[in-house]
Amino acid sequence: MKLDTNTINKIAKLARIKLSEQESKDLLKDMNSILDWVEQLNEVDTDKIEPLANISSSSLPKRKDQAEDINSSDEILQNSPDKLEGYFAVPKVVE
Amino acid sequence: MEFKSISELQSLLNDKKISVKEIADTYIKKIKEKKDLNIFIYFNEDKIYEQVKNIENFSNEKKLKAIPIAVKDLFCTKNMPTTAASKILENFHPTYESFVTQRLVDMGAMFVGKTNLDEFAMGSATNTSYFGNTINPLSEKDIPLAPGGSSGGSAAAVAADLCLGATGTDTGGSIRQPASLCGVVGIKPTYGLCSRWGIAAFASSLDQAGVFSKNVTDSSILLEEMAGYDQRDSTSSNVKIPNFSKELNTDMSGKIIGVPKEYAVDGISDEINQVWEDAIKSLEKKGAIIKKISLPHTKYALPTYYIIAPAEASSNLARYDGVKYGFRADDSNSLDEMYELTRSEGFGKEVKRRILIGTYVLSAGYYDAYYIKAQKVRKLIANDFVNTFSECDFILTPTAPSAAFPLNEKQDDPIKMYLNDVFTVPASLAGIPGISIPYGSDKKGLPLGIQILGKHYNEQEIFNAAFALEKDYE
Repeated sequence: MKLDTNTINKIAKLARIKLSEQESKDLLKDMNSILDWVEQLNEVDTDKIEPLANISSSSLPKRKDQAEDINSSDEILQNSPDKLEGYFAVPKVVE
Repeated sequence: MEFKSISELQSLLNDKKISVKEIADTYIKKIKEKKDLNIFIYFNEDKIYEQVKNIENFSNEKKLKAIPIAVKDLFCTKNMPTTAASKILENFHPTYESFVTQRLVDMGAMFVGKTNLDEFAMGSATNTSYFGNTINPLSEKDIPLAPGGSSGGSAAAVAADLCLGATGTDTGGSIRQPASLCGVVGIKPTYGLCSRWGIAAFASSLDQAGVFSKNVTDSSILLEEMAGYDQRDSTSSNVKIPNFSKELNTDMSGKIIGVPKEYAVDGISDEINQVWEDAIKSLEKKGAIIKKISLPHTKYALPTYYIIAPAEASSNLARYDGVKYGFRADDSNSLDEMYELTRSEGFGKEVKRRILIGTYVLSAGYYDAYYIKAQKVRKLIANDFVNTFSECDFILTPTAPSAAFPLNEKQDDPIKMYLNDVFTVPASLAGIPGISIPYGSDKKGLPLGIQILGKHYNEQEIFNAAFALEKDYE
């Protein structure tokens, strides 16, 4: 057992996901079995191995750092669940 | 009416034996007849007829003019909503078109709808979708079978003849495994060959777009149109895309085929091993040389993948916060509560599980033990392939450990579900191209798949081997 309910709830808080009691109970079981299963990687000797950073074998050119004005704020705001005078609206943050 | 290939439909169109509108009518009728299979998340006749008007004006020279294509609902499309099969993206209308679908539109393709998938492409049976299971069209009436996943809707759409080609994405096997279970051709090209621009991100270092079709030639035609450099994807490869379809060639003489001993795993049915053996013998008969090879780190590929993919997913899915688009939970008193409730109600069980695993393996104190360790093992897995390809031209394996399985099987135990990808994940970690083609069947008559893996950017080689094997069933 690597995780306990407290740890699960702490991770859920970090990930901004509210869990019901039943959900954290189920997740505790699943996540512990997954973490036990990935433990087998410790059998592999990786002492002199650099972690892989990029799998591509071709050169990856950089694009020019140029701004593009697509001026689609109205279109983008259409998708927002709540908007106000050209801004995204959220629950009150400061009193 | 059934059209067997892109070239067949194109000749009918060129000879004026069929019109663009008649093609649309034909496929709309087919899709309606198969509604019960729940293959599409989005299907709207009006949107198809809108395209007909544009396509009619295209020159017949356009390589995909009026070709009916189904699009996995992970690709952003401007004229159809995009959900990633998640409640959190319900009612999301992208303001831009993905690179891959734009290419297809420019070539005259007709999009028939957006296909079902596992939520955010996380799954192997198309059973984690917020919009319900897709049923494999090869199912008998009383036992509904899974189409595989995550691109199960796209594979099923081709198998049910609701399109001539479909887009998919493959992160750990999400094109090749459903292709195998549905009895169609599916290719995942080299990582970086198709731009990720406009594809809802799952695990960015693994995600790669590809295609499904009824035959190898059509896949080669579709891929050469979809692939290409895009400066908006920083890992897009700036390589020349060969004319795959023109170069197709069944000549296998002198080709060296690697057969990895590590892929003979326990619990695989004799039928699958037999089909594998048959494919090897067939290529040998066509002049290829068989070489036993070893990919020693194969058994570590799945656990490596299930650290790296959730880690990247937890970061990629942080953007779904209920502010800018998609679903937002009601009645929250604070911004934090709004985030927490939105993500709790908006994501399904498997997605939450992966976000939490990813968050854990990236968290302070565990990052080195899990994430860095996995990236090191990934390097060894990639090196296995590099070493092997110095002595063979391509690798031949089964695609999936089973034929299509009943819909609700393997749902309770996540690790059992993850084993579906045992043969496909290593190539994903190494970023190499892989194709699955239907080859033989099990006792019940369900199709089995053979996977061919090649070197980076060597799609032509695996297309050719697949093309040669395809001839055995013509």
